[in-house]
Amino acid sequence: MQELVNIFVKSIFIDNMVFAYFLGMCSYLAVSKNVKTAVGLGIAVIFVLGVTLPANYLLHKYVLSEGALVWLNPEYASLDLSFLSFIIFIAVIASMVQLVEMVVEKFSPGLYSSLGIFLPLIAVNCAILGGSLFMQERGYETLAEATVFGLGSGLGWFLAIVALAAIREKLSYSNVPAPLRGLGITFIVVGLMGIAFMSFMGIKL
Amino acid sequence: MYKKIFTEPLFKNNPVSVLVLGICSALAVTVKLEPALVMALSVTIVTGFSNVIISLIRNTIPNRIRIIVQLVVVAMLVILVDQILKAFAYDVSKQLSVFVGLIITNCIIMGRIEAFALGNKPIPSLIDGLGNGLGYGIILVVVAFFRELFGSGSLMGYQLIPASWYIKNGGFYENNGLFILPPMALILVGVFIWVQRSIQKELIEK
Repeated sequence: MQELVNIFVKSIFIDNMVFAYFLGMCSYLAVSKNVKTAVGLGIAVIFVLGVTLPANYLLHKYVLSEGALVWLNPEYASLDLSFLSFIIFIAVIASMVQLVEMVVEKFSPGLYSSLGIFLPLIAVNCAILGGSLFMQERGYETLAEATVFGLGSGLGWFLAIVALAAIREKLSYSNVPAPLRGLGITFIVVGLMGIAFMSFMGIKL
Repeated sequence: MYKKIFTEPLFKNNPVSVLVLGICSALAVTVKLEPALVMALSVTIVTGFSNVIISLIRNTIPNRIRIIVQLVVVAMLVILVDQILKAFAYDVSKQLSVFVGLIITNCIIMGRIEAFALGNKPIPSLIDGLGNGLGYGIILVVVAFFRELFGSGSLMGYQLIPASWYIKNGGFYENNGLFILPPMALILVGVFIWVQRSIQKELIEK
């Protein structure tokens, strides 16, 4: 249990997807102009990460890693399909996003109309694929660990985008040097936020 | 005309600093110059070839499933790059870790396929892909150059700042540790955009 809490806090603050690994930057910069849409996209990312990571974990454990297919036939012990993981993970993510979109549309039209445009965008958000690849690289042991890591990373991304959107709303009232306006100052603001987030480094539960 | 397709993305229409595509991986691999060069090369190859392949089959892809077709083509190319790197440049491939896989979701590639390859012949598509890959590479190399020079005092692994300059050897110089940390990459790209927009006034946002 303590291990799970540790992974959760670590993936939100210390290994934050945006500030430590720059994942999901494209949509992070494009959709952070106001807080409301930022919240919508953030929730969608938490949701999709929380769904795809356990799915990809099971695939990694029972299909892709070395000797994972033993449950099918003991002769497969030396089979290593991990070179296929990119294509399988991205296929799972793309189809999962499609599925989530259909389910949300059917059961919660209100949520769908607020998330609607962002859901398809998420299939090519690097934070999602990055989550699965980190899960594979760091070798999380159990399904619970992988799920908690997914939810934590999603929450970290959510906090980062909402914070940036709030700053950018205020920033539109400031007098920024002309060539730095818009994109340039946003990069520098994100950099400064990253420095602030680094103060979490070294915290251990 | 080919020349224009090739040179525009290098600076004037740079995918990273003007179109805001593919920033995710652009920043994470720039602590040292060597992985940045390898990454730039890999992305250039993938953008070039994926543009050609999609352009060749552009008239046979049904519009509704084109995203998934594009993802499969790109993922296949990235797997090839990843396996080649693992075989011939294992150290660099370890340093790049998950970011080779993340080339799949690099927006430059999908962006160029959608914006160019779906509507153009294979040869211009190849040139456009290579040009955009190199434009991305220029940003990577510029950022990595400053980060490695100021952060580690070396370039491509060769020590440039003489060892006797360092404080621990009785000199006056100390590496700036901030340049090794992730946030500095963002600030450097911000400064790059600042310089570029000071030169090209028409890019300034209102």
